[in-house]
Amino acid sequence: MKMDEQNKVGLREKKREDVCPSKKGKLDLESVRAQIEQAAAEKTGPEYWRSLEELAGSADFQEALHREFPKGASEWVDSVSRRGFLKVMGASLGLAGMTGCVRLPLEPIVPYVRQPEEVIPGRPMFYATAVTLGGYASPVLVESHLGRPTKIEGNDRHPASLGGTDIFAQASILTMYDPDRSQSVMSMGDQRSWQSFLTVIRGPLNAQKALQGVGIRILTPSISSPTLADQLRNLRKIYPQAKWHVYEPVNRDNRLEGAKLPFGQPVETRYNLEAADVIVSLDADFLYAGFPGNVRYIRDFAKRRDPDGNMNRLYVIESTPSSTGAKADHRLPLRAVDIEWFARALAGALGLDAGVPDLTGEVAKHADFLAAVARDLQAHGGASVVLAGDHQPPVVHALAHAINAKLGNVGKTLFYGDPVDANPVNQTESMKDLVADMRGGKVDLLVILGGNPAYDAPADLDFADLLKSNKVSLRVHLGLYQNETADLSHWHINQTHELEAWGDARAYDGTVSIIQPLIAPLYNGKSAHEFVALLSGQADATGYDLVRGYWQKQQSGGDFEAFWRKSLHDGWIEGTAFTSKPVGTKANNLPLPTQLNENALELNIRRDPTIYDGQFSNNGWLQELPKPMTKLTWDNAVLLGPKMATRLEIKTEDVVELELNGRKVTGPVWIQAGHPDNSVTVFVGYGRRRAGRVGTAQGFDAYSLRTTAAPWFATGLQMRKTGETYKLASTQGYQTMDTPNGDTRALVRETTLEEYRKEPSFAKEEEPAPGLTLYKPYPYKEEDYAWGMTIDLNSCVGCNNCMLACQSENNIAVVGKEQTVIGRHMHWLRVDAYYQGDRDNPKAFFQPVPCMQCENAPCEVVCPVGATNHSSEGLNDMVYNRCVGTRYCSNNCPYKVRRFNFFLFQDWETPQYKMMRNPDVSVRSRGVMEKCTYCVQRINERRIDAEREERKINDSKHEDELQTACQQSCPAGAIIFGNINDANSKVSKLKAEARNYSLLSELNTRPRTTYLAEVSNPNPELKS
Amino acid sequence: MSQIFHRSTNTLSRATIFGAVFVVAALLWVAMEVQRSSYVTYAGVRRPQPVPFSHQHHVTGLGIDCRYCHTSVEISSVAGIPPTKTCMNCHSQIWTNAQLLEPVRASYRSGESLHWTRVNQLPDFVYFNHSIHINKGVGCNTCHGPVDQMPLMYQQASLEMEWCVECHRAPENNLRPRSQVFNMRYQQPTSANPVVVEGKSYTDQATLGKDLVEKYKVRSVLDITSCNTCHR
Repeated sequence: MKMDEQNKVGLREKKREDVCPSKKGKLDLESVRAQIEQAAAEKTGPEYWRSLEELAGSADFQEALHREFPKGASEWVDSVSRRGFLKVMGASLGLAGMTGCVRLPLEPIVPYVRQPEEVIPGRPMFYATAVTLGGYASPVLVESHLGRPTKIEGNDRHPASLGGTDIFAQASILTMYDPDRSQSVMSMGDQRSWQSFLTVIRGPLNAQKALQGVGIRILTPSISSPTLADQLRNLRKIYPQAKWHVYEPVNRDNRLEGAKLPFGQPVETRYNLEAADVIVSLDADFLYAGFPGNVRYIRDFAKRRDPDGNMNRLYVIESTPSSTGAKADHRLPLRAVDIEWFARALAGALGLDAGVPDLTGEVAKHADFLAAVARDLQAHGGASVVLAGDHQPPVVHALAHAINAKLGNVGKTLFYGDPVDANPVNQTESMKDLVADMRGGKVDLLVILGGNPAYDAPADLDFADLLKSNKVSLRVHLGLYQNETADLSHWHINQTHELEAWGDARAYDGTVSIIQPLIAPLYNGKSAHEFVALLSGQADATGYDLVRGYWQKQQSGGDFEAFWRKSLHDGWIEGTAFTSKPVGTKANNLPLPTQLNENALELNIRRDPTIYDGQFSNNGWLQELPKPMTKLTWDNAVLLGPKMATRLEIKTEDVVELELNGRKVTGPVWIQAGHPDNSVTVFVGYGRRRAGRVGTAQGFDAYSLRTTAAPWFATGLQMRKTGETYKLASTQGYQTMDTPNGDTRALVRETTLEEYRKEPSFAKEEEPAPGLTLYKPYPYKEEDYAWGMTIDLNSCVGCNNCMLACQSENNIAVVGKEQTVIGRHMHWLRVDAYYQGDRDNPKAFFQPVPCMQCENAPCEVVCPVGATNHSSEGLNDMVYNRCVGTRYCSNNCPYKVRRFNFFLFQDWETPQYKMMRNPDVSVRSRGVMEKCTYCVQRINERRIDAEREERKINDSKHEDELQTACQQSCPAGAIIFGNINDANSKVSKLKAEARNYSLLSELNTRPRTTYLAEVSNPNPELKS
Repeated sequence: MSQIFHRSTNTLSRATIFGAVFVVAALLWVAMEVQRSSYVTYAGVRRPQPVPFSHQHHVTGLGIDCRYCHTSVEISSVAGIPPTKTCMNCHSQIWTNAQLLEPVRASYRSGESLHWTRVNQLPDFVYFNHSIHINKGVGCNTCHGPVDQMPLMYQQASLEMEWCVECHRAPENNLRPRSQVFNMRYQQPTSANPVVVEGKSYTDQATLGKDLVEKYKVRSVLDITSCNTCHR
């Protein structure tokens, strides 16, 4: 870990205390822990809490509660002294009056020379395409303003999206415009041209041709593109001895091997969660981005969470707290090694021979839980499903297959089919083979087609050192960034982003999407298709010709042009989804259980929830997006449970050294409620040495603990305190809402299905009478629109997609770690996580909080310059150009949804970012307050369209034409926005539901945003 | 000790204090005047253009409709500046050797866009939509002035918020029948020159405006003076 970064923050901490001596020192966690213990024992403390400090009711937490911004956010902490600052201010005040008198600069208008037929300036166009993650396509629609892609939406007609997206798809637009992307061909640190590379590569390629390509190795990440796979296979015709290796750090080897155990072939499982009454997840984080098909699964899962319908029940047995676990009706934290034992015991309880006659170890403590799960599954044969996580060993997958078969779920709640990966090999083995060949000097030309193995390959393979050792005489890297691998290659070719090149890819169900470019390559990059074409001697082939040519070959007969146009328009090729495949089960050949070491400390390695395997390190949106459970930003941490922290006397932000089999790494601790005991979790993807201006040297590199033998978890970890501390930027506990008397109704309300049926309107409370205000009521007209929003807490899975959709739509700035630490992050929409109950296994709830658009808005009445006003349709308008930054409004906002530009957070200089911004939303400057507006730009556009056509918005022919950005790409459909004056609108119907309640309604703010309370469906047998 | 200041200084200081009020008021007045002057607003200022395009010649002389060039004015927020191709529709046939038109031909040959200077310019925080104004019966020349008589284009109105809001507070003063929106010579109705809408003859703007507000469903003043109408 970079210690100087840590010291910097530490110094600043100190300086702040110097400047403001009245400020208390750091949170005294010793006493907090004592308070937590006490609170737990006496069951005092709040019922629902957001952080462990809140549970303990610490004084610092109380202070934060009463503050407009977190401590330090509104203080001057820069190196300029207050005196110096006041001097400058005095001078600028004298000139302040003059700033209103600026003449607008002359502006050019640059029209087309020949305007494309469909382009209408001022109206965006939408193109169907896809972005991929680990080979899996996320089908998307991309909004384009005069040839500049600005926003990603889900493809609402695609079965894998249904309009939803995940965070990685949303953020891909920022990666495309990233100014740190590789901008030219490089060789040994010098900028070179594509032509010079062509000249250089010709010789070695010709030499290899004579040798049948015996020295050529191509290393790719997972590829689902039929065209690229075809190209790579065709390379064999020229170089029959060349080899294609695949490696992806977040690979699915376990799933593959787990399918081979019973079926003998690499089939992939797809789920139909809508048909499942009982879902058991064995460490599968299937409701979060990165799990193939998660967008569709979230939708199907959410459909079954309606308490008035037929509600499903979710059991999650997991090794690290995840958002999927938070949605569980019953959650069991277990070490990752124990989960195999749980799976074996579960299979045993269902009458299968799983090799464990008796319950042992940790699982034995949860015999009741296990028995209840088994009975519930048995009772729902054919309507239940057991999922196993990608990091669980093959045997757990095999057990899940066996259980599903035994329960008769196959063909009902899950299907088997061909894998999406075009080359479904064991990637760890594939990488091992490559390394062996490299060491043996068998490799003359190594082509790395994307990916970053020098950073993320298993540590025991020493891949980076091997590259350095010059055993391979020519190494070529194609990539988006000049990363660690590019540094160790002779040639680096700058790759095109998926939004600027032609291609194709398969979604989780096999459906092929044609990837079409939204913009010409910003830096003249080459796509993987074009690069592979070069290897096969077609240096001039374009991506378009290659992709189109491939599909032309597939489409014998029929009108190809019509087929091509339809496929591009729709965003997928009809009839390409994989069909369900009957699989024969071989004899039970489960590997025998190994000896379990009960008390050994376990290391759990996971992909990072926001920057994934490190490929998004330089993406500021994802870096600053709070991770769903910890709400950490900009860093990874060593996660451990409260019980273990107490035992080892470790506090959050203590730096510890982790040692596994002689490999060491140091990182700061984050105590996470609900984490299993005797286990720590680290996220990979941080500690990049060469990522770009945003991602380099953030966090620590957990890959250095990861080996081929134990890619996901291992026991035998040693942990030592180093005595140092490191400041972490977690937004958990920021913007905590204060209730007037401190003891009023909880902000997140929930009950069980049983209780709900007895008392459906449990969340309701008596609201103050409408007349109880000194202000005149606003004169609304019945026939006009009144905008409102309802957020269904039961559907929300806390995936954070809405936060990024909002950031992208509304040009929201990234502020960086230092500013996030002091609470100046700018997200208009936040997703609060609340916990309830036992801190070692609490229930968790998510609550997205946008602006409430209050009817009696406390912010409006205090603005001295009229910059925030009530609109005729009930919005709290924010007029940025009027705002002078008094911050009275945010001081008066009980929901803490207003954000202030303490500095010039927006980048006004970088040309790429100018192209990326939504032209329909003002880019805010320093000293301006901003907040959610219900996407008023969308409201206005749709209203103008509707008025021109003399109709209402969202009428029967134009259903859902107006959606806010958060609503549009919500995979769960949890956010519904619309006209509450129309009794038939979806939002009106939801607001009429018994579960509907508003936040802090006792303040008589009358929010337009309301919530549907959460109802869980616990197993009556498991009532505690 | 003698007085440092003469007695008359008292009067002088009183006059100064009293006069300061006027000086401040005068300064404020000057500031307001400067702010509204064409120096700041550019109203009436002809700007340098790559080709001295004459709206007077093309509209009055040749009778070309606004929408021949400004194609998206009825459906989009922006009216649209014609691509070079639109110019060349005619100028590949007529005035093919005119020196004045060389930049247009050069643009067409090379594919490089012409760089015009924007004439009617709003600040970036104002979101104006042409299509809705056209649709509600606001004529082109209501805002843009007598374009058909401008040999070189200039901005007629100040385009300041004061000017926008004047109409948003009383749209009936400026509305005309939709059929007359693109008529550059349209006159508001008088008894001598009535305007006929669907068989009904109007002799004054007050009645016409009131009826058109209703007929075209122009939103209420409260609606169209909400901040988010123009700012977001």
